[in-house]
Amino acid sequence: MSSHHLDARGQKCPLPVIALARLAADLPAGSRIEVLADDPAARADIPAWCRLKGHTVSQTDVGEHTAYLVVVGQAPRKSTGGA
Amino acid sequence: MARVVHRPPSGRVGSTNVAAVADPDFQRAVLDAAPGPMHPAARETFLAALDAGWADPRRLHSEGRRAAALLDTARSVLAAGLDARPDEVTLHPTGSHALLAGLRGIRLARRRVGATIVTTAVDQALVLREPDVDAVGVDSEGRLDLVALRERLAAPHVALCVLAAANQEIGTRQPIADALAASAAAGVPLLVDLAASWGRSPLPPRPDAYAADASSVGGPPLGVLAVRPGTRVKRQPVSTPERGLEPAPPFVPLALAAAEAWRQQEADREVEDRATSALIDRIRAAAAALPDVQVVGSATDRLPHVATFSVLYVDGETLVHELDRRGFAVASGSACTADTLEPSHVLAAIGAVTHGNVRITLPTSAVAPHRAQDVDRFCTVLPDAVSTVRAQLGTDRL
Repeated sequence: MSSHHLDARGQKCPLPVIALARLAADLPAGSRIEVLADDPAARADIPAWCRLKGHTVSQTDVGEHTAYLVVVGQAPRKSTGGA
Repeated sequence: MARVVHRPPSGRVGSTNVAAVADPDFQRAVLDAAPGPMHPAARETFLAALDAGWADPRRLHSEGRRAAALLDTARSVLAAGLDARPDEVTLHPTGSHALLAGLRGIRLARRRVGATIVTTAVDQALVLREPDVDAVGVDSEGRLDLVALRERLAAPHVALCVLAAANQEIGTRQPIADALAASAAAGVPLLVDLAASWGRSPLPPRPDAYAADASSVGGPPLGVLAVRPGTRVKRQPVSTPERGLEPAPPFVPLALAAAEAWRQQEADREVEDRATSALIDRIRAAAAALPDVQVVGSATDRLPHVATFSVLYVDGETLVHELDRRGFAVASGSACTADTLEPSHVLAAIGAVTHGNVRITLPTSAVAPHRAQDVDRFCTVLPDAVSTVRAQLGTDRL
């Protein structure tokens, strides 16, 4: 499966999630995206967005930033509310 | 009775203010009542008390004795509101002060047992910032894990348990009766934080201590701590005000206004409960109907007047400004909406999206007589406000 990189270091919330959503929108299920982000809000936000959209995610702290490995899940990607 | 009418500052009423242009009778809608404007009756009481009760209640002259008598009256009313006797109740500058006074006083009295405070990951930040805190996890609606709570309470060195009866950000109620049984079984005192729920939700069974804030009932900020007889609290010498828990007595007009607000809200509570609950259901439904919006907190076991949702792909700050421009005052738990880069610890703890967050806390109907219309208008305007902000940020097609 295809592998992609997204360097969102220096970007504040919600920009890392927006960039990730743009990238993931056109990718087939099973694609892997490595995301780098250093905004403290992203630590909660990227995993929360992934859960909501059915993607799986793991994260590792690397010095000043965090590396997230996102595996794109099956459609549907559009959600209409509900926690 | 003076009706509280909120109009935007004149600089804001112009071509940018959509609602004001469309409707000449446009009024500001305050959907952030934590704290909110004062109940009109509490406001009247406060103004009258500025003349009658301004003195230091410790003074021996007539004015001082009159202030002391008024303070006694206020304390009796507030105590009854917490199922307590007046001599069990102390008054503090805010609910946060009352909570900390109870927490620290009980912890110090139990220092031979230990210093650990058991609480949850969604309790107030001021509790979580204390040293020696053991925070129990919560589920995706913010409800505490009772099994984990029982385990933590049974551990050695636990000084006390502190739990909010309901979450002030997402509204979810905690199982306080079960938590009270668990803490009693472990021999650990329980301090229940009513900051968001006093007067808005029935009182949970009486724990060792309650901490409340009169601003939850449309009063001024005023903390109330009610400690059950037999619960040990470390206090300063008896000559210190508020039974050794405060360096100074409260300003008496604030206590009288708080008592009046409580009386008014208690009389209206059941009607208010049904009315606000229905309005919150409408807001939750309107938000959930939008694409990519996550409504958070329990849909059913919640405070009647609180709703929270997160709008994906927009920042909280821009959304709050857009709603403000359209006449609505709302709060947000997103990062960058306060002087912090950290988002709300509550949203993070329940695993909810933290950006684009909107938090609604409805005022009482006495404070906001047009509340139902305000909510109608909010539900009507919300879809367009969200699309406007998404279009500005170029995220409308995500």
